[in-house]
Amino acid sequence: MAKRIDVSGLTAYYGSHKAIEDISMTVEPRSVTAFIGPSGCGKSTFLRTLNRMHEVTPGGRVEGKVLLDDEDLYGHGIDPVAVRRTIGMVFQRPNPFPTMSIFDNVAAGLRLNGSYKKSELNDVVEKSLKGANLWNEVKDRLNKPGSGLSGGQQQRLCIARAIAVEPQVLLMDEPCSALDPISTLAIEDLIGELKERFTIVIVTHNMQQAARVSDRTAFFNLSAVGQPGRLIEIDDTERIFSNPSVQATEDYISGRFG
Amino acid sequence: MDISTQNTDEAPPPTSQPSAALQKRASRGATRPGDRIFLGLSRGSGIFLLVIMAAIAVFLTYRASLAISKDHGNFLTTFEWNTNTIPPVFGIAVLAFGTVVSSIIAMALAVPVAVAIALFITHYAPRRLSGPVAYVIDLLAAVPSIVYGLWGALVLVPHMNGLFGWLDKYFGWTGIFSWQGGAPRSMLTVSILLAIMILPIITNVSREVFRQVPQMHEEAALALGATRWEVIRMSVLPFGRSGVISASMLGLGRALGETMAVATVLSPTFDINASLLDPGGGTFAQNIASKFGEATADGRDALIASGLVLFVITLLVNGAARVIIARRAEYSGANA
Amino acid sequence: MSHSAPAMGKRPSTLRGATLPKWSPWAIAAGAVVLAVVIGLVGGLDSKVQWGLIAGILFVLGTYGIAARVEGRRQAKDRVATSLVWVCFLIAVVPLASLIWTTVKRGVKVFDIYFLTHSMGVVADSEPGGGIYHAIIGTLEQVGLATLIAAPIGVLTAVYLVEYGRGKLSTAITFFVDVMTGIPSIVAGLFILSLMLILDLEPFGFAGSLALAILMMPVVVRSTEEMLKLVPNELREASLALGVPKWRTILKVVLPTSIGGITTGVMLAVARITGETAPVLLLVWGTNFINTNPFSGAQASLPLYIYQQYANSAGSNAAYDRAWAAALALIAFVMILNMVARGIARWKAPKTGR
Repeated sequence: MAKRIDVSGLTAYYGSHKAIEDISMTVEPRSVTAFIGPSGCGKSTFLRTLNRMHEVTPGGRVEGKVLLDDEDLYGHGIDPVAVRRTIGMVFQRPNPFPTMSIFDNVAAGLRLNGSYKKSELNDVVEKSLKGANLWNEVKDRLNKPGSGLSGGQQQRLCIARAIAVEPQVLLMDEPCSALDPISTLAIEDLIGELKERFTIVIVTHNMQQAARVSDRTAFFNLSAVGQPGRLIEIDDTERIFSNPSVQATEDYISGRFG
Repeated sequence: MDISTQNTDEAPPPTSQPSAALQKRASRGATRPGDRIFLGLSRGSGIFLLVIMAAIAVFLTYRASLAISKDHGNFLTTFEWNTNTIPPVFGIAVLAFGTVVSSIIAMALAVPVAVAIALFITHYAPRRLSGPVAYVIDLLAAVPSIVYGLWGALVLVPHMNGLFGWLDKYFGWTGIFSWQGGAPRSMLTVSILLAIMILPIITNVSREVFRQVPQMHEEAALALGATRWEVIRMSVLPFGRSGVISASMLGLGRALGETMAVATVLSPTFDINASLLDPGGGTFAQNIASKFGEATADGRDALIASGLVLFVITLLVNGAARVIIARRAEYSGANA
Repeated sequence: MSHSAPAMGKRPSTLRGATLPKWSPWAIAAGAVVLAVVIGLVGGLDSKVQWGLIAGILFVLGTYGIAARVEGRRQAKDRVATSLVWVCFLIAVVPLASLIWTTVKRGVKVFDIYFLTHSMGVVADSEPGGGIYHAIIGTLEQVGLATLIAAPIGVLTAVYLVEYGRGKLSTAITFFVDVMTGIPSIVAGLFILSLMLILDLEPFGFAGSLALAILMMPVVVRSTEEMLKLVPNELREASLALGVPKWRTILKVVLPTSIGGITTGVMLAVARITGETAPVLLLVWGTNFINTNPFSGAQASLPLYIYQQYANSAGSNAAYDRAWAAALALIAFVMILNMVARGIARWKAPKTGR
């Protein structure tokens, strides 16, 4: 299921503004990689280049290579729709489809990809909701609208929706920033379980969170406001938080800026 | 929870709470003559509007009742409009039929196209094109109906011959599309012209609704690997549905009450014609405009009576639109 | 994992889908047009509109067929949606562009200074010559008077709703303003007509103004309300905290802040009623002579002039030319009002931080 991501020389623009510059890194399969860094350093932008969501923004364009197990996502003839199906995404704010029931939300991605028998759908929905640790809370009200759930439940619903299509990689863009501490804990536990099956990349503002959930951590920074963001270093999480090789990383982690 | 608080932070501050506080202060301090005069003036204006509405209903009903009491036909079912004869004989059946049929056909033609254009502007057009297109359609909504009427009568009508011939040839057997070859000043032409007229307004309102679809709903669909059309079907259309419905009602209201465009294009007869292609039929507003010149005093009252019926129909349509909008407000409130 | 098997089976494990080249929509469109022309010539269809419709249908069908074969069903649906949206746009552009184009092309024929400065007083409807001077006078007076009535009442009502209004009265006003927005113009005309029948009055300009004012008021209320709601409460509170009475706060702080938006709303409402024909037809009657007194005797008006030139001239080309020229004048007036109003709105827009 899980695949390796190899990024080389990636630069992304909003119109003429260069948001991130010349980023190269490897994301290991079946692991959690966290992106940390100050606001505006381009970590979310970079995350969105990994499943070609960046180009959805007006004026967004990308240079460089993103290899998913040897296949360049930006190569000729690659279908961005297929890329996004293969690389799932969870957003900062929970965004279940407001007009759909809980069941339909989880089944939405599958229904796009062809017709399923009702029993097949039932199985996948149950398995995905269980995978997102949400099944017990919603199994009696699958036909109620997803917008009736609490924020943390909605976010887990979005995770269930994303994993229902069995992606290779799961990208999470600050998935807990709109949630309370208890919901955050639930999501963090879930991430720990999901990494058995998926390659996970998570952007977070919260360094404790990065330290808790990730195996590897990448630190992004920008030299000045208006300058493009850069990857400063990527290493094992333990090492980044105990003994980083770059001074700026240590300054950031110890709270000296950002 | 988090989201709703955040929303109030971003939106312009709601006037309700602080103004309520202001109001209390005002009522305490309303002894000041300036305040009293100003409050009196503005409240008086509001009350004046209510008085006008009441007066419209009362006076129309009064004149209409005068007319109906003199009517020797059945006001609802008579297929005649002879107000100058003694005794007068008239009924609104033909007008009600023509008004409803022409407006509904106009809606059926205009709404899908308007929704498509709204989507074109918000989701499909290159950015350099979408701005100007939106602006031009905004302006077109302001073109006076008499200009549409003039264009319809002198440009659209001659162009309908080809279409009518074709419809008659292949669908004439249905009866609805049979054509005896008269000038195409018929209900179908009227409906097409009405559709063209209400297109800009439905487009504009739908466009606004589509533009308000939260980015995050669209991204949710995109991230699942949805094509552009699937994004629209999964997140844009469900979100915009009630807005589109109320926009359509707005267009329907316009079509129902449209006078000049129908009066210039239609060659009316006072009967119900099975064919949409043969000239004939009529609408409330068109009938008032066409018959007004030759009407005696009693005839004018009869026209006022028909206007009252039109008034009631448009009230019902607008009421329905309001109910839908209100439901939408509840719905988005629950999910904000 | 078993359920994912069918999905994976349909889509090759690679991310590479067979894709049509970028130029393919244009190629399909060109093919559809060529084919439509051939069908039109062979089938002997003489209406170019039909050619266009056939081309549109062929384009949509062709897109689906080709895309379904090469790219798969989902992609084909997506492409059909795209092509349908484009076709709808083009279909809608044709009549709307034709409307503007015809008005300009046929309007400029007799549109000159003479046309603007002469009435129809000595010209028979079927003869060339004459102009719209009397109609312009009538329209300006009727619309001007209607604005003088409707704008203050509309703005004050909006002030009441936003600044004072709580409780049943304001709910009722809000509801009936909505209802009023939907009144067909001819019904407003009939209302004034019923008053005139009771008072036994002959048609005159001001009667038309009253009907136009009824149509204008709800529009002004709505737009002003929106604008007043945009004024931040901090401004009101700051002023009240200085001990400024509420009515002066409204006059000196609230209204000046939103004056740009209010002006825009009033101008758009003026543009709307300027084109109204039906009430003027019932109440003002129309005349070929210059009548500068809106309170006595029939008056002309620009939209009514267009209608009467069209309807009363038994197909005389001179009358049609005048109708088009008057339509051009009317459209120009309405468009300029609209553009200026939108310009003001953009220029004076309160910064809401969006």
